[in-house]
Amino acid sequence: MREINAKQIKDKVKELFLQANYCIGEDVLNSIKEASLKESSETGKNVLSMILQNYKVAAEEKIAICQDTGLSILFIKLGQEVHINDNWEEAINEGVKEAYVEGYLRKSAVTDPVFDRKNTKTNCPAIIYTDIVPGDKIELLVTPKGFGSENMSRMAMMVPADGPEGIVNFIVETVKIAGPNPCPPTIVGVCVGGTTDQACVTAKKATLRKVGEHNPDPRYADMERQALEKINNLGIGPAGLGGNVTSLWVNIEYKPTHIAGMPVAVNICCHAARHASAII
Amino acid sequence: MEKIKKITTPLSNEIIQDLKAGDNVSITGYIYTGRDAAHKRLINLLKEGKKLPIEVKGQIIYYVGPAPTPPGYKCGSAGPTTSYRMDPYTPALLDLGLKGMIGKGLRSKEVIESMKKNGAVYFAAIGGVAAMIAKGIKSSEVVAYEDLGPEAIHKYYVEDFPAIVCIDAKGSNLYETEPPKYRK
Amino acid sequence: MKEVKLSTPLKEVDIRKLRIGDVVYISGIIVTSRDMGHLKMREVIERGEKLPVDLSGEVIFHAGPVVKKKDSGYELRVIGPTTSIRMEPHSDFIGNLGVKVIIGKGGMDEGTSNALQKYGMVYLQAPPGCAVVLGEKVEKVENVYWIELGVPEALWVLKVNEFGPLVVGMDSTGDSVYRSIKENGEKLIEKMF
Repeated sequence: MREINAKQIKDKVKELFLQANYCIGEDVLNSIKEASLKESSETGKNVLSMILQNYKVAAEEKIAICQDTGLSILFIKLGQEVHINDNWEEAINEGVKEAYVEGYLRKSAVTDPVFDRKNTKTNCPAIIYTDIVPGDKIELLVTPKGFGSENMSRMAMMVPADGPEGIVNFIVETVKIAGPNPCPPTIVGVCVGGTTDQACVTAKKATLRKVGEHNPDPRYADMERQALEKINNLGIGPAGLGGNVTSLWVNIEYKPTHIAGMPVAVNICCHAARHASAII
Repeated sequence: MEKIKKITTPLSNEIIQDLKAGDNVSITGYIYTGRDAAHKRLINLLKEGKKLPIEVKGQIIYYVGPAPTPPGYKCGSAGPTTSYRMDPYTPALLDLGLKGMIGKGLRSKEVIESMKKNGAVYFAAIGGVAAMIAKGIKSSEVVAYEDLGPEAIHKYYVEDFPAIVCIDAKGSNLYETEPPKYRK
Repeated sequence: MKEVKLSTPLKEVDIRKLRIGDVVYISGIIVTSRDMGHLKMREVIERGEKLPVDLSGEVIFHAGPVVKKKDSGYELRVIGPTTSIRMEPHSDFIGNLGVKVIIGKGGMDEGTSNALQKYGMVYLQAPPGCAVVLGEKVEKVENVYWIELGVPEALWVLKVNEFGPLVVGMDSTGDSVYRSIKENGEKLIEKMF
């Protein structure tokens, strides 16, 4: 049994949310650089160049890449040999609160979503997904998810007869409907299978996969390629002002599902696909 | 890059008529901020026949909820929020003389018709370029609804705020005209 | 509304007499097929091969049974209908194979209604969630094909005695209970909002 202090978790969570909000990942940065070479629209090129400059300013001056510092989501793999000496959920939320208060990050969480909508002033509660795994480590993957892109996500309970073509069309249609709203060029995370809940969570996780890597199953990789090509043929472009780079990448994950179903969840992420990870 | 039109606030009708969809602009002067919650309160005041806390005539509203201000800055990261959520509230403000809106994303038919009727322009700021926009904000004060935190109405003094005329007063809309040029 | 007892192989002239609301009991052979079963039938026919069962005059039941394997074969435990709309793309195809009755739940759409009119077929709604009662009407499992698709998705050929009660939800004149409910609902929504 490995004893881990709750304060260690709090500190690491704080560090990761600050990092995620200030420094964009290498894979996304490189993808935008490549996109600015591929983009044929003049406005599109300007937008991509502003985006690159913004990443630089944010990282150097430790200021939020985007004012929408999102809702705080964590995917955690908790080793079953780990014993935490205090309240786990409280420690995580304390870490989020410290990051958002001390890091000049915007607090965008409201209490009840329909009536009062009162700001919680801490960006809490954090949204925590925990898998218990063998071992004695804690793996943390955090992502601040902005809602411009989250609001453009969709899911459908498709049927087996819809097939790969139906899935690709649904992905492309989702991006088409979103238009300029999710701050293209976007990263599209998809999950096919599971249940409604599992598909949506897995699609969110899929947006965090490394940009430029395909699903190891060649049939799913093919769907990823087809979807990306069709999306970029829509002409929406950077900031939706016209161009041939509308999405940087499409990541498709799949999960076992029921014989009667084929749930498809599409989670859209803006170009500022912010995430950070660490192992305790 | 094409010529950048320098404009100052408040916006006159002449400036409005001169701006065409696709123009790159650089805005200097005072602008107001407002998003969902503030707009709801403003419209409720109008419905009750009460006075608004800000002068809307000739002004620009920037749809933004900024991040808190770090030391050495006048404003935190302040990129645009998605405009369509303010659509239900916009025609009433345009009727009162609002001349410009800065945001990102599509607007409804009703908003565009009201822009044509009242002579107003919708500018697109680039989403996610928030850190750079913050550097261009030279002063910031909360003028209404402080309790709303990031959703309060701020008055910013901006210098050379970069934006693109997305929908002009004639209803010409870049989101409609540009993508088909790149569609395959 | 009448109560009708039919036996397979079914004749078009008898099917064309049925109207929505009629209650039907079927004796003889029914064949189950769900999502993968239908897709595999299409693959087989497209390759120019024959299906393992002749569906002329037959009944397709949208279902996947619970069975128990015995030395002598399979014993059916329970069987209930699955949601038919998933099989909507295949109605003309199975009509062309000579199928006369589709049994399922939840109804089907305009493509199916057209196929029912064209080929003289009906869609019967089996009572959902009554898998034990329906299972009792199955005398024996005659055969099973394509078991590699998994027990629920295989083609089960079942000998049945007065299988039902089954209600005619869509008939060969183009009438559909499901369409009327939907249209009435839409009118109400317009009124409400």
